[in-house]
Amino acid sequence: MSALTASTDAAASLAPTDRASGKAPAARTSRRRGPLDWVRAHALATTAVLIFVFLLAPNVVMFVMSFNAPVGKYNYIWHQFSTDAWRHPCQVGDICQHMGLSLEIGVVAMIASTILGTMAAFAMSRHRFRARPAVNVLLFLPMAAPEIIMGATLLTLFFSTIGSGSMGFWTIVIGHIMFCLSYVVVTVKSRLAGLDPTLEKAAQDLYATPRQTFLKVTLPLVAPGIAAAALLSFALSVDDYIVTKYTAGDQITFPLYVYGAVQRSVPTQIDVIGSMMMLVTMTGIAGMLVLGRLRARRR
Amino acid sequence: MSAQTVNVGVPPAPKPIGEPDLPERRKRNRLPYLLLAPTLLWLIIFFVVPIFTSVSASVQEGSLDQGYALTWRWANFSDGWSQYNGQFGRSLLFAFLCTVFCLLMGYPLAYFIAFKGGRWKTLLMALVIVPSFTSFLIRTIAWKTILSDNGVVVHVLNDLHVLNFTSAIGFTVGNHVLASPAAVVCGMVYNFLPFTVLPLYTSLEKIDPRLHEAGADLYCSPLTTWRRVTLPLSMPGVVGGTLLTFIPAVGDYVNAQLLGNPNTLVIGQSIEHEFLQDSTGYPLASALSVILMAATLAIVLLYVKKAGTEDLL
Amino acid sequence: MAMNMATADAGTGTGTGANAGADNPAGGSDLRLERITKRFGAFTAVDDVSLTIPQGSFFALLGASGCGKTTTLRMVSGLEDPTHGRIFLGEREVTDLKPYKRPVNTVFQNYALFPHMDIFENVAFGLRRRGIKDVKPQVEQMLDLVELGHLARRKPAQLSGGQQQRVAVARALINQPQVLLLDEPLGALDLKLRRQMQIELKRIQTEVGLTFVHVTHDQEEAMTMADTIAVMNAGRIEQLGSPADLYENPVSTFVANFLGQSNLIIGEVTAKDGDTITLDAQGQRLTLPAARSRIDSGRIIAGVRPEKVSLATDAARIPNGHNVLTGGVVSDASFIGVSTQYLVKMPWGSQVGCEEMSVFEQNAGQEIHRPGTQVLLHWDPTQTFGLDGAQDLDAGSDPDDEASDVGAAA
Repeated sequence: MSALTASTDAAASLAPTDRASGKAPAARTSRRRGPLDWVRAHALATTAVLIFVFLLAPNVVMFVMSFNAPVGKYNYIWHQFSTDAWRHPCQVGDICQHMGLSLEIGVVAMIASTILGTMAAFAMSRHRFRARPAVNVLLFLPMAAPEIIMGATLLTLFFSTIGSGSMGFWTIVIGHIMFCLSYVVVTVKSRLAGLDPTLEKAAQDLYATPRQTFLKVTLPLVAPGIAAAALLSFALSVDDYIVTKYTAGDQITFPLYVYGAVQRSVPTQIDVIGSMMMLVTMTGIAGMLVLGRLRARRR
Repeated sequence: MSAQTVNVGVPPAPKPIGEPDLPERRKRNRLPYLLLAPTLLWLIIFFVVPIFTSVSASVQEGSLDQGYALTWRWANFSDGWSQYNGQFGRSLLFAFLCTVFCLLMGYPLAYFIAFKGGRWKTLLMALVIVPSFTSFLIRTIAWKTILSDNGVVVHVLNDLHVLNFTSAIGFTVGNHVLASPAAVVCGMVYNFLPFTVLPLYTSLEKIDPRLHEAGADLYCSPLTTWRRVTLPLSMPGVVGGTLLTFIPAVGDYVNAQLLGNPNTLVIGQSIEHEFLQDSTGYPLASALSVILMAATLAIVLLYVKKAGTEDLL
Repeated sequence: MAMNMATADAGTGTGTGANAGADNPAGGSDLRLERITKRFGAFTAVDDVSLTIPQGSFFALLGASGCGKTTTLRMVSGLEDPTHGRIFLGEREVTDLKPYKRPVNTVFQNYALFPHMDIFENVAFGLRRRGIKDVKPQVEQMLDLVELGHLARRKPAQLSGGQQQRVAVARALINQPQVLLLDEPLGALDLKLRRQMQIELKRIQTEVGLTFVHVTHDQEEAMTMADTIAVMNAGRIEQLGSPADLYENPVSTFVANFLGQSNLIIGEVTAKDGDTITLDAQGQRLTLPAARSRIDSGRIIAGVRPEKVSLATDAARIPNGHNVLTGGVVSDASFIGVSTQYLVKMPWGSQVGCEEMSVFEQNAGQEIHRPGTQVLLHWDPTQTFGLDGAQDLDAGSDPDDEASDVGAAA
């Protein structure tokens, strides 16, 4: 068609000589590729690898140092290989009791925040209502606020209501649930957003009542998100220091113990327990991946 | 094939004609509030109300033995500021540096995973997040090993005479990296990097890679494509990541405590000191918290005003 | 021009319709829409539509996107509530019934197969919700009907588009609904597969004898599959009838342009004697049968389908009695294989008729006219239809519509 050829001619004559983008695109002539080309092509990947090293180095160091027999009280410098700490992980202080307390608190906080947060996520993603913007901000604040504010303000609340003597397990749990809620809502909400809305309509079309639709279709499809949210809140709770410090009264969780102990000594057992946590998490995630692959392959 | 005469029974009986569905409609409107109520209540009681008790505490005075009285002692604020403005400033500086470095490192990482990750996207993101599931205190302590005077890092930096330069401008102290502002910021960047990467990744992942092809087709170099196409589209992620990094970083003090020295005190340590180690410090500490709180709220509201609330969560 | 209180032609229903009715305890179960209106705020999606679809027929709702056809379908299924109007299945009013209480099932546009269940469970879903315990024999029978028995234990993600589509059909059909609704189910399939599925669905409908209501924007699809078509435009039904009816006797320029292509020319009626109407179009005289014209005086739009028109270079070759248009110049000739499609530029401006008339000539060995040739257009006057002259000539011919052309094969 004449129109088509006319437009191609026009396009060719419009080849840019824009200085900002360099010379006009010319036909590529082959030239020898030097080492600099390899770097340029892989610059991004190299940077990413370096950043990953930065992110993962401390984990590796922690794992390696757990096999160290340190000189003196601080396990900072490699001295010699030893599996002593692994064989006696609970030997120092009451480290395992403190870990146990952290785990207990973690489970309670996980269950409560997951249930409450999931309900809230459904409300936020399924319904439009007038207070929505305000609720959005309120749910966002605990994620963005400095932990010290949350801890300090909780302290003033408890101090002025129940007195500093009554603070302990439950005040810790309350604080943990409080900051876990937002993360649960975000996680479940994002899973809900990815859900095909037609599926629930299809269920209704196929005689499922709203309750049946929820139990048979919605819930199974959101379940992975809820599970992820639960694990996230467990991890956040077990690992928390600042908020716990202000709400703990005389209870000592694992992070509180570590922080306090660091002033005086860093026993190898700390690295051991840290490594155990890491191995458990890695095994859990690896297990889920493998399970997913197996289930897909079986079909 | 013969016609189907499969009898699958009668569908459920319909409701009698003439009965409007009004009650059900009303229930539907109440449902979101019912679902939200427990969470909202929890946050109001344990997040919003404490802020008010804190504000009230900040204008009290007294001591642990004599009790605290609401005397509207506004001097708490001026006292706090005059005593600790250095720490405030340092907190802001450290948080700022931390955010900048987190963006500089987090963006390429998120970009790499989102566009070059392919099948391994989820695994790589897991690699970013999973380490944070181990006690962050212990991992931060591990930095003491990495940055120790006997370690590889310090040796290399010394050989390259980098430390002479950085000590001259106050980033490091002498021939050491530990117990210096540099170590504190390094620890902060390490701790907050996942918080930056996650929103960045979410935002970048949504970008259609064919837009890059369109950019190249329209005479953009890779850098120009990034600047004119990718960067603007990833701005929500950049802003979100910045918010979620800067604000918590201002209040962080664990890194300063573990990796810093008495000259790198930040406001968090001062608040802790006033709260827990000085029996008359309770109102002062509350005043300091209120100042920090106000700054946080201001930043968040500024963001909300510009970007609305829907992208927050 | 209000819409029709229409009853579809019962004569074109399928033979087994009566059987399905006999099995159904509700008795005669024609689907009847009575003055259905749906408004979203200020926007009226469906405007006072009344319609009766006899049981056992294959009915199509045809229209461009946004014309209200999908909204109408959703109101029948219960997923949308009408603002006004009532819906009846046989004698039973279902307007206020929730979707899970209606004996109506839908095949969704994106299939909406439950990803966490395998094919067997997907198909069995409706049966289970209705309390039927032993679903195995029926599910297996239904899967055999759609030829997917060997994939019963796979998950939807492991199936191809065409297979997923068949599962969606099976899942709906197994419940023996009084009406099966299909919401553009073939849109995501490629051309060949789509043709295959069109034939499949028609076959299934004939076998099973249920009422099928099919929503589509593809007029070729509608004409292939349906017994009766309702063309919808801006929330109203423009015309309702059999495919041949709609094609050969459109009632408006919209229908004339939407279904296939039409050459439309404005003229003035000069005479009407007996069963022939004569009109003057730009100085050229045309005749058409009065029976195929909507009006018989004043301004008229004469229309003729491209495949009915022939080109001639020599006036002597034109058969007696044909309508003839002079002054045409071939501006484009596209060889399609089966036919050659010509665009012929006419001497009049675009306000009075198509500037370029379309002519499809079957390639039966005659010469192909090159662009630039001066030609005469001629056709049998009985193939002309007449429309009210006070209409928009371009209605329904929007190139944004994805409606495909009717094939040129005569």
